[in-house]
Amino acid sequence: MAGNAVGLGNFLRFPVQAVQNGGGAFIIPYLVCFLLMGIPLLWIEWSVGRYGGRYGNHSTPFILDNMTHRSFWKYFGVFGIFTNIAVAAYYCYIESWTLSYVYHSIRQTFSGMSQGEVANFFVSYTDVEHSTTGIPYEAVIFYLLCLFLNTWILSKGLKGGVEKVAKIGMPLLIGFGFLLAMRGWTLGDSGAPVGCTDCDSSMGLDFLWSPNFTSLTDPKVWMAAAGQIFFTLSVGMGTIQCYAAYVRSKDDIALNAMSAGWMNGFVEIVLGASIVIPIAVGYLGLDWVKNNAGFSMAFQTMPFLFDKWGAVLGTLGGVMWFGLLFFAGITSSLAMGTPWMGFMRDEFDWNNNKSAWSFGGLVLLMGLPTVFFFQEGVFDEYDYWAGTVSLVVFALAETILFSWIFGIDKGWDEINRGADMRVPSIYKPIIKYVTPLLLLFVFLGAMFTPKDNNWKRAFTEGWELDKSSIIGNITHQGLVANKDYVAEVFESEVTGVVAGIRNDRGKQQIDIADAKGSVIKTYEFSAKQTVTVAAGDAVDVLTPLATGKFYNKVLFTDMSRLYLVALFVFIALLVRKATRLRRQTGREA
Amino acid sequence: MSSGALTLMLLVQISTTIVTGFFFWKVLKTPPKPEPDSYDDNDNDPR
Repeated sequence: MAGNAVGLGNFLRFPVQAVQNGGGAFIIPYLVCFLLMGIPLLWIEWSVGRYGGRYGNHSTPFILDNMTHRSFWKYFGVFGIFTNIAVAAYYCYIESWTLSYVYHSIRQTFSGMSQGEVANFFVSYTDVEHSTTGIPYEAVIFYLLCLFLNTWILSKGLKGGVEKVAKIGMPLLIGFGFLLAMRGWTLGDSGAPVGCTDCDSSMGLDFLWSPNFTSLTDPKVWMAAAGQIFFTLSVGMGTIQCYAAYVRSKDDIALNAMSAGWMNGFVEIVLGASIVIPIAVGYLGLDWVKNNAGFSMAFQTMPFLFDKWGAVLGTLGGVMWFGLLFFAGITSSLAMGTPWMGFMRDEFDWNNNKSAWSFGGLVLLMGLPTVFFFQEGVFDEYDYWAGTVSLVVFALAETILFSWIFGIDKGWDEINRGADMRVPSIYKPIIKYVTPLLLLFVFLGAMFTPKDNNWKRAFTEGWELDKSSIIGNITHQGLVANKDYVAEVFESEVTGVVAGIRNDRGKQQIDIADAKGSVIKTYEFSAKQTVTVAAGDAVDVLTPLATGKFYNKVLFTDMSRLYLVALFVFIALLVRKATRLRRQTGREA
Repeated sequence: MSSGALTLMLLVQISTTIVTGFFFWKVLKTPPKPEPDSYDDNDNDPR
């Protein structure tokens, strides 16, 4: 289970969340969420899954249904299948980057590249029309290869074999991660390019670990911290319940859940926090990291570090790092296939082959938009709604169900049944009161965050929603320009100065810099579009930058949301059909 | 690096390492259960 839990979230997602949520502002809510939500939820999900498995249920809709007499709970269980498919859709894309970077490390593609060139290589790679190898639609090919590999392994029932390999791969990854963490701790400003004043790894560590108590009142940060904990521990997803459904009723779950959870925490807090952020800050500077935080950071910085080790060691470093990340990723993505497969097997009697390939098909349908429209933000939309909000909603629902409807006394007995450790009794009131209340607070706070997170003003002068709130997100409150789906003019979304206009991959790129001269935004236009500004021009929000035909980001944002809703409705309809089938065959829980 | 940041980092990373090590040691120390579990009376439980 630790193999499943330790994944790309530890090394790639955690640094992004930390940077996007203020570094030191993030770490305190993160730790609180780990202790008061992550650990209780691990126990809840393991015991819920094992309980459901005792009655022949291996996916969350009917596991939850089994715990209560109210049938609507099974529709909350839809999240336990939906989230896995939606997350697998973009997770496979990240996995495919690692696979591709193994290939590029072997080919020594990054040899002699400057730090800026390594960072831009990733941008070129995710531009599907451009090829870095000569293979047309390279990013799509690697994605398909990765998804095929996942599906094939699931269909052949070879997941156990992969997990055995992961038992060797995981310690190797941790060992190698430790070496890289040492570099993160010691790099300092030795890798700083000439003229870079904020290229120092210790500034990255300082940014990440400086305690910031103001974050304790910011629901956005709490939401991100909870989402990260759930993502990384795979709670709120439905995967753990599916695994636990196969555990015998008197086998231990308490100690297993703890050891897997803390091992995951160790990899994330000790290693994940010490690699990508400090190394990226050491080479690219703190401002760059703050402006470019994304899953891509590790891909935009680590090859440059390995290249400095020389040809042989550098190639070996690249292959090990990206190869081991691939292994960490594939054990997690294979686990994401099990809830759907368990559901189709239980309810529709589908065999392994059929359920695995149907999972692959669904992931392909959902995933292709993240590949083709990565730069239009589809990937980030999936990560926000499926990889953050859905996890919190499902975790909240199952915690209430477990503690208050199923009953904490019965639940506590389930957790302790066959336990190889004494579960601290303090966790009984925590599971009953603290975890659901904290989850409710996080969810409602994120849903209705007041403008500028000013709660006092909201209560006294009227409630104006912040653009980062869930409702603000749904209603596009953060959108300041380019509000139409299709337009003939493209407007600037920031204020600054046109620092330069470049031509790359047959496209025109405009860099907008702030007063300090740091590039804060880069826009890209095709040859068919006409740039209407020149280098040195001052631009404001809404200043036209180019004319032509534009499909704005808001179009892709809304399309991806509709896509996710359609997936949820599709699974809910399947659950409805399965319920009818159960009634007809007398299999009701 | 400020002393506040360094303190928080060391405190959190060292305590996480200790707790992880403890649970890892406890898992290794727990004897494997013969048969799928150590109980015979649940063998006919529906699963």
